[in-house]
Amino acid sequence: MIDERHPAFMPVVFVGGLLFGFGLGFSHMARPEVVLTFLQLTDLGLLFVMFGAAAVTAVTFFTVPRLRSTAPLTGSGYGRRLKQFDRRVVVGGVVFGVGWGVSGICPGSAYASLGIGNYPMLAGVAGMFMGAYLQGVWRSKQLSIGERP
Amino acid sequence: MIEAALQALAGVEQLFPHGIYRYAVGGVFVGLGVAVIYVATGISAGASTFLESTLSWVSDGSRFQRYTASRDWRVVFTLGIVLGAAVYAVIYQGGIWTTEVQLWRLFFGGVLVGIGTRIGKGCTSGHGVCGVGSASRTSFVGVAVFLLVAIGTAQIVMAAGVTP
Repeated sequence: MIDERHPAFMPVVFVGGLLFGFGLGFSHMARPEVVLTFLQLTDLGLLFVMFGAAAVTAVTFFTVPRLRSTAPLTGSGYGRRLKQFDRRVVVGGVVFGVGWGVSGICPGSAYASLGIGNYPMLAGVAGMFMGAYLQGVWRSKQLSIGERP
Repeated sequence: MIEAALQALAGVEQLFPHGIYRYAVGGVFVGLGVAVIYVATGISAGASTFLESTLSWVSDGSRFQRYTASRDWRVVFTLGIVLGAAVYAVIYQGGIWTTEVQLWRLFFGGVLVGIGTRIGKGCTSGHGVCGVGSASRTSFVGVAVFLLVAIGTAQIVMAAGVTP
């Protein structure tokens, strides 16, 4: 599968990342201060970032599957991003929300923050890796216990 | 009547002290980034799985290993995000910008963000942009929860006098 990837696959992913990161820079979401002014409800502009982005993806996700059945570079079908709902979505949302409210950072904006030269954000990225690691180790253990007869 | 309408308009303007242009335009670019990848590959890319998929190089936990197939392109996507923001900085910022937010807030908040996004199956881009764009009810709930909790937390942190 990996060996058979279309030669344009990585370049397209890279260009997508460039647009994504440029947008986070342009919208000032790469600056934790600006995100915090939103969460403190003194500048609600962030709503337009999220809705602006979701509007573009909504049109894309709605239109493209009606024009084509499979993606040109992978041959896979166009699915929707539908994750199963359970208690974990709420629990995770609460933990994520506390972290976001404390720091003003989320994964995408933290990567972009490094791009605008904000080197103190390395602390935030290190924290995110640590958090994902702790959760993953704990979850891996839980799964292996669950698999025992 | 007109006066009341103008007052209401001024009230709305106060909620957007920097206008909406940069936010809306930036958001459209974020959406375009996701859209380009989706059209070409059928993948709806979020930012947070990169954390787990990259950890699969250093840990053989089953939770990380299930992402080995996507870990290489997720690195490329993330490098693109960093460089895309750097392009913005070169054109509009003219030099580096550093935050005043204290390091412990970035680190501690980062740890919780890292844990939370992985428990909750998505982050602000996965749920907020891809999920909401897919009209996923799970993502609507996820976004509502983390948005409200984050606002509450930021209010408490501010009230406790932590600045910046």
